[in-house]
Amino acid sequence: MFSLTDILGEAFGLILTWDRNLSEIVMLSLRVTLSAVVISCLIGLPLGAVVGAFRFPGRGLVTVLLNTLMGLPPVVVGLVVYLMLSASGPLGVLQLLYTPGAMIIAQTILVTPIVAALTKQVVEDLHGEYAEQFASLGVGAFDRITALLWDARYSLLTVALAGFGRAVAEVGAVLIVGGNINHVTRVMTTTIALETSKGNLELALALGLLLLSIAVIVNAAVMALRASAVRAAYA
Amino acid sequence: MRDMTLDMPTPDCAIAPALLACEGLSFEAGGKRLIDNFTLAIHPGRRTLIMGPNGAGKSVLLRLMHGLITPTGGHVLWQGRPLDRAARHAQAMVFQRPVMLRRSVLANLKFALTVRGITGAARARQATEALDLARLGDMARRPARVLSGGEQQRLALARALVCQPRLLFLDEPTSSLDPASTRAIEDLINAAHARGVSIVMVTHDLGQARRMGDDVLFLQNGTLAEAGPLQDVLAAPKTAATRAWLEGRLYTAL
Ligand SMILES: Nc1ncnc2c1ncn2[C@@H]1O[C@H](COP(=O)(O)OP(=O)(O)O)[C@@H](O)[C@H]1O
Ligand SMILES: [Mg+2]
Repeated sequence: MFSLTDILGEAFGLILTWDRNLSEIVMLSLRVTLSAVVISCLIGLPLGAVVGAFRFPGRGLVTVLLNTLMGLPPVVVGLVVYLMLSASGPLGVLQLLYTPGAMIIAQTILVTPIVAALTKQVVEDLHGEYAEQFASLGVGAFDRITALLWDARYSLLTVALAGFGRAVAEVGAVLIVGGNINHVTRVMTTTIALETSKGNLELALALGLLLLSIAVIVNAAVMALRASAVRAAYA
Repeated sequence: MRDMTLDMPTPDCAIAPALLACEGLSFEAGGKRLIDNFTLAIHPGRRTLIMGPNGAGKSVLLRLMHGLITPTGGHVLWQGRPLDRAARHAQAMVFQRPVMLRRSVLANLKFALTVRGITGAARARQATEALDLARLGDMARRPARVLSGGEQQRLALARALVCQPRLLFLDEPTSSLDPASTRAIEDLINAAHARGVSIVMVTHDLGQARRMGDDVLFLQNGTLAEAGPLQDVLAAPKTAATRAWLEGRLYTAL
């Protein structure tokens, strides 16, 4: 039997003393997820903007594809990336399996469709408002995309935060391709899963509390962004 | 086919070719003829007013002439040639509801200049000049979308003028403004006109028409009921629709 208060106390102790083991795991989590979100934005923002602003053959298909990929089960993504990166897989030579690189790849695959699909929706709505003015001013295709992305900046920041929230809380994919190796590929979610099953509850709870705090911070940031956008009539 | 150009003698520039001409221009949408076989000319240096009841097709006509929508019949000619990118750049339009970018007042002007390939110091100078002209100088840093209706309309006009168009389209630019704001807009339009910008403006305001109009096109239910110098139309309206409008009767009574 365990005492919940004791564990909670120890968990807070780990956080307050910024335990080395704990900090290593948290920092790796943030590094992997932030990298994945940055790459996802580099791909997903322009992709979503193009699909949202232009009519072209196959546009409907791309939209359906993005919306479908948005709901990809993480374990399936993990499995596919594992097959690609495993020694006998097509990308085996890269020797990325069980490294943070593999985890970044898996999370990028999960987050890019989210960023692209949400960006498409945001940009499509904004373009509906701007299209005639752009046509009147004679704005070219490239300037249109950059102007729409810039003018939708507040909404798109919340899109990026949504992607971050999804990636940082994800377990399945990073567990499969990262392997949850101590000091190498342990992130918050995989450590919680492992330590809980081992009965090492204080570390699991400490990480859980931090994960929760991150979720709270992300949501507060979204709300603050929205409020400041509304104040400036930029929403 | 009616030839409205014949109805539009323009004494001081009768020899000058039309700046913009519509030939047998038609536009159909949703199974309705919204613009029915218009032939007309917009002459350089003139202020042409487009008048007519709501739903007559005034905004559609502006969009056609500005190349925002493609005619389903006939064509629009810019100095005798089909509308192209260069022609578009020689025109500007102020929409009925101003469309402001989610940026500062100054950035809205800079955007229009950037699109025209003007950057750096020239852009900053031209944008500031345009703002001062529109008396928006002290609002340069404010978000454009928090401005009042009248200020936004002035900014939209400044943004159109900063592109140095030869022809400026205005769709009811003062319809929701108070007299002071209306006056400010009219002054800006007239100043541009004095600099040589040709004007095509939709208005419902007969007083404004008398103040600003050189020529008038009167639209009724998708047809061109009347076209010619405003004085002539005022003196001797040809159709029942124009007569009713001049007398202030309801158009729908026709
Ligand atoms: N793209 C379109 N498709 C179908 N109907 C349209 C379209 N654009 C305008 N209309 C209709 O054409 C008529 C003329 O519209 P409009 O030119 O906006 O009138 P107004 O003279 O008041 O500016 C209206 O009945 C309007 O509903
Ligand atoms: Mg209209």
